[in-house]
Amino acid sequence: MTTLLEVKNLRISFPGDAGTRVYPVDGVSFVLERGRTLALVGESGSGKSLTALGMLQLVPAPGRIEPGSVVRLGETDILALKGESLRRIRGRRIAMIFQDPMTSLNPVFTVESQITEVVHAHFDVSRGEARDRAAALLEEVGIPDPLARLKAYPHQLSGGMRQRVMIAIALAGQPEVLIADEPTTALDVTVQAQILEVLDGLRESHGMAVLLITHDLGIVAGRADRVAVMYAGQIVESAPTASLFARPSHPYTQGLFGSVPRLTGALGRLSPIPGNVPPPDAWPSGCRFRTRCPIVHPRSEQAPPLLPVGPDHLIRCWLAEGPE
Amino acid sequence: MSAPLLMVRDLVKHYRSEGLFARKAPPVRAVDGVSFEVGRGETLALVGESGCGKSSVGRTIIRLQEPTSGEAIFDGEPVFQLAREPLRALRRRMQIIFQDPYSSLNPRMTVGDAVAEGIEIHRLAGSKAERNERVASLLEEVGLDASYARRYPHEFSGGQRQRIGIARALAVEPSFIVCDEPVSALDVSVQAQVLNLLRDLQERRGLSYLFIAHDLAVVRQIAQRVAVMYLGHIVETGPTEALLSDPRHPYTQALLSAVPEPDPSAQRERIVLTGDLPSPSNPPPGCRFHTRCFHPLRSERCRTEVPVLRPVHQTEAACHYAETPASPLAR
Repeated sequence: MTTLLEVKNLRISFPGDAGTRVYPVDGVSFVLERGRTLALVGESGSGKSLTALGMLQLVPAPGRIEPGSVVRLGETDILALKGESLRRIRGRRIAMIFQDPMTSLNPVFTVESQITEVVHAHFDVSRGEARDRAAALLEEVGIPDPLARLKAYPHQLSGGMRQRVMIAIALAGQPEVLIADEPTTALDVTVQAQILEVLDGLRESHGMAVLLITHDLGIVAGRADRVAVMYAGQIVESAPTASLFARPSHPYTQGLFGSVPRLTGALGRLSPIPGNVPPPDAWPSGCRFRTRCPIVHPRSEQAPPLLPVGPDHLIRCWLAEGPE
Repeated sequence: MSAPLLMVRDLVKHYRSEGLFARKAPPVRAVDGVSFEVGRGETLALVGESGCGKSSVGRTIIRLQEPTSGEAIFDGEPVFQLAREPLRALRRRMQIIFQDPYSSLNPRMTVGDAVAEGIEIHRLAGSKAERNERVASLLEEVGLDASYARRYPHEFSGGQRQRIGIARALAVEPSFIVCDEPVSALDVSVQAQVLNLLRDLQERRGLSYLFIAHDLAVVRQIAQRVAVMYLGHIVETGPTEALLSDPRHPYTQALLSAVPEPDPSAQRERIVLTGDLPSPSNPPPGCRFHTRCFHPLRSERCRTEVPVLRPVHQTEAACHYAETPASPLAR
């Protein structure tokens, strides 16, 4: 296994009330490996999307990445880069696709010009060559009749086709790492299945490392090699996919599983997590899940570190040290 | 057996585009001849992907939109023929909750006023005190604090807003609620809370739901029966467990196989449909699904003859070859 990218202790802060700062991403660490998919799972407000933005220095103002955060791609610390050298990483070595392709595509340019723009930005090729590459990319993401589609404008395409175009644009720089932030959330399930197949095929054929950000445990089960579950700005459980699904160990992860309706198996009442995810300025001290946790632990007012519960399986919970 | 609460026959809803060139454009055939029934205390789920017409069905049967043609009988009353006053009275008994409760709540109205609106319109409270008492008990019934009545919608999370939307619908004591994707925009833990709430309310109040959704796993939690829609038609309908375990229409099979199950050991054979949904203003002739069908027996007949819903095993399916299971391997 080859580590392509390492995120270490990523902290992102925003100004809070009365001169304080809040940390919606608070010490996130993980690695991405060549040809592997890591799923970052969490609900709204868990910090998963902001983590992805932080990796490319795209945190919106007035947020900032805190000193001590590291995002290392090979020998390069991305967070130390500026200007041209940062631009050479974005889109070229690390590409990103988002939930809503319509807002990331420019409505007044054709598909061709939006793909060739990326090709020209990163490679010294002729216009004809760039167009050939664009057509080949469309073909690769499963768009029928690519030459005709190159002339299309985004509004002439269906949601699924637009997301394919976004993936083609992301691939145009031949990236080593692909960050896919809820890439299928806005799509119907049958289209979602198509797009996930495309992403899987590309990861295999290009040996890309994929960071798949999603709220959907079902998508994770079929596609990811490893899962990191986020809650309140922190990774609370991290494990190989099979191990996480066989033995979800953090009470929050267990709560998520209890909430997911299933198509098969016994039909019981769902057992949701009580309450709502609190906003960053209301996160409790100590264990951040303790206000919603079904288990009362004597040490819950101390912040737990990630502790092992099995081979390569970590939880941010004192329960890992055994029942009290 | 008592008569169903709601009977819908041959419902058609076409949308004509408006504007200078509108006459040339063919209408969008959102709903094209749909029939179903909802029993008392029952939940029927209407399932399908974007553009299948499920939301248009929900909106026309309570006359938020006027139907193009067809018939709907609600507890003996012909919904589509009712004049203004009787329709107003009927609306007390038929309510709707939406996917995004925020856009259906007036941001300048307190939660209490929003919930009380129906009570006032239908004069269900004799005094201000009685009105406030009702609002408080409704908020508590949906799991909110009664003190929230004085606050504004923006102060609440998505799940809490959906609870407010439900309290608002319940305020007029309806017997039937159209639930239009009520949990689709919610996080999974909150979605489970709202699904449980809808089930409890149904049990307590004997409500009937038309539950519009795209997620079959969600539907399984709440509906006794399911109708699957594709391009304005119901292609399969039946008891929930039967339809999920023994689907007979290839589209139902594809839809089921596309649902990602949160269990790596249960990864089933995936049927990945090819192509896009055809335009509802120019639907394919014959079986509307034939352009994307993977059934091994599909034939010329599918391109010319519209299949009708007919009983096959435990469900009713609109497929000429529903007796033969479509191989999941065929693409």
